[in-house]
Amino acid sequence: PPAHSHSDWIGPPDKHSNLRPIIFYVPPEESALERRLREARQEAQASNQRFWARHNRAFRQEKEEFIYSRLKAKGLEMRDESGQKATLNAEEMADFYKDFLSKNFKKHLQYNRDWYKRNFRITFLMGQVALVRALKWLRWRKKNVEQ
Amino acid sequence: MSAARRCRPPWALAGLFVWRLGNTGVRQVPCRCVHLYHAANDRLITFQYFNFLKRMYVTRCNKDLSQRAKPKSDSIVSPFHELQQLDQEKKVVHKISPVSPVHQSWSETSSRNELREMKSAAEDSVIPVGAESKEDRRWKEMKLQLDDLPGILARLSKIKLTALVISTASAGFAMAPVPFELTCFLLASLGTGLASCAANSINQFFEVPFDSNMNRTKNRPLVRGQISPLLAVCFAASCGIPGIALLTLGVNPLTGALGAFNIFLYTCCYTPLKRMSIANTWVGAVVGAIPPVMGWTAATGSLDAGALLLGGILYSWQFPHFNALSWGLREDYSRGGYCMMSVTHPGLCRRVALRHCLALIGLSTVAPILDITTWTFPIISLPINLYISYLGFRFYRDANRSSSRKLFFCSLWHLPMLLLVMFTCKKSVLEKEDKGDLPGGGHEMAMETRLP
Repeated sequence: PPAHSHSDWIGPPDKHSNLRPIIFYVPPEESALERRLREARQEAQASNQRFWARHNRAFRQEKEEFIYSRLKAKGLEMRDESGQKATLNAEEMADFYKDFLSKNFKKHLQYNRDWYKRNFRITFLMGQVALVRALKWLRWRKKNVEQ
Repeated sequence: MSAARRCRPPWALAGLFVWRLGNTGVRQVPCRCVHLYHAANDRLITFQYFNFLKRMYVTRCNKDLSQRAKPKSDSIVSPFHELQQLDQEKKVVHKISPVSPVHQSWSETSSRNELREMKSAAEDSVIPVGAESKEDRRWKEMKLQLDDLPGILARLSKIKLTALVISTASAGFAMAPVPFELTCFLLASLGTGLASCAANSINQFFEVPFDSNMNRTKNRPLVRGQISPLLAVCFAASCGIPGIALLTLGVNPLTGALGAFNIFLYTCCYTPLKRMSIANTWVGAVVGAIPPVMGWTAATGSLDAGALLLGGILYSWQFPHFNALSWGLREDYSRGGYCMMSVTHPGLCRRVALRHCLALIGLSTVAPILDITTWTFPIISLPINLYISYLGFRFYRDANRSSSRKLFFCSLWHLPMLLLVMFTCKKSVLEKEDKGDLPGGGHEMAMETRLP
């Protein structure tokens, strides 16, 4: 993002977590409230990034392992004669998906709770910041009108 | 190409494009040198044009049809659009890379001249295609663009899904055995639409990180940072509150209460439940069933058996529709942490779908008993109900991708057709007095009484 910009910038989705990173703009006279908001957003971003990157990596890894073990059981190799990667069809993968979902169920519950809390907090802070800014602008306008 | 095989939508145009392109695919090596240059140019131009068309038309069409599925329900919308997105992306990737190997193979069969021309044509077409996906890879400023705002809000409120919700509500209104009132109808439709916008926006607000991880939903406004969460919530409030107020004050309190309840059910029950238990599908089915009930209560002011029947029909319809759809999305649901029957209880998933297909037949038969329609309704609707039940049975027995897709596509046209047949077989208010019900004539008479 360019140096002179006064707003946040959002980037392309991350390779591992599929989340879009945000670079936050720090205004020179940042109030305490605004700082709290920015820090909350940064923290949420970091936590989300950690969770999803790890989760997606685990998914990919476990999927590979599952395919490998199933192919082994069938007596096939990972790659067939033409060099193409051997895959299992959807029905065979269904067992894996079911397993993976139930294994990570508790993790997801915990993450959901966390995410909802963070989301509400961030939005509430945004509302506060917006309100304060609006009041400041009204006061500034009144001052200008009086002059 | 496999992508072409997977795209078999009922809307012929997009399907035709995909199929044709797939068949004349870039991988094939044409043997006739004479037609080579023209064919290549054609293909490349078609490809470029098609890519543009694809993104506009296919995406819209698919979103349309997929959202048709379950009013106010998010997960149903997801699967199908996701399928198309996957195909789209795979196609783009496929197309960009094979162009260079194709150059080599073509050089064997074509003259130097033609090759040079082809190469430049190919590059011309590859660059725009590449640029499109590069757009997504750039860093964007998170400032609200006012000219984009209508589009952003439309996507936030899932405007097409909302339109479908409004149409189911108006179906409920139309089926009510009272003389048609235009103002009431318009107020009810507007109120329902606003409530639906609000519910959809809140849903998207809750699901940002999950949406980013699923292919269908990763281009939503909140995921892309085109709008801030605060603005999304404000928009939801500014739609929901006037919407419910309009329904309560402008129509009747019962409709308003139903609208508010539906928003609550969708945002506070269905959305969190999606990640906690498979019961979310049943809750979601209720969410989809309420709009026609709202339409009915808007017209009559009371919750009759007819309203419940209409709601019941929509409730039952949700299951074959959604279960068939979710069958193809098991991977994304599993990774995203969504608890769906298709992942955790596949047998139950198929049983429920079949059960409700059969229930549709039963419900259609109950309609004339409750004096909502004439007896021609169950007779005329029997073929389509039997057909969807047959597909439901095939899905139950085969449990594979093709049967699930067939069932899903059937459900897409089944619902509008069923509602249409129901409307034409509606027992008109005047006709109720004399028991002589005319099969087709009933329609005209019903139409006359309906016009103000």
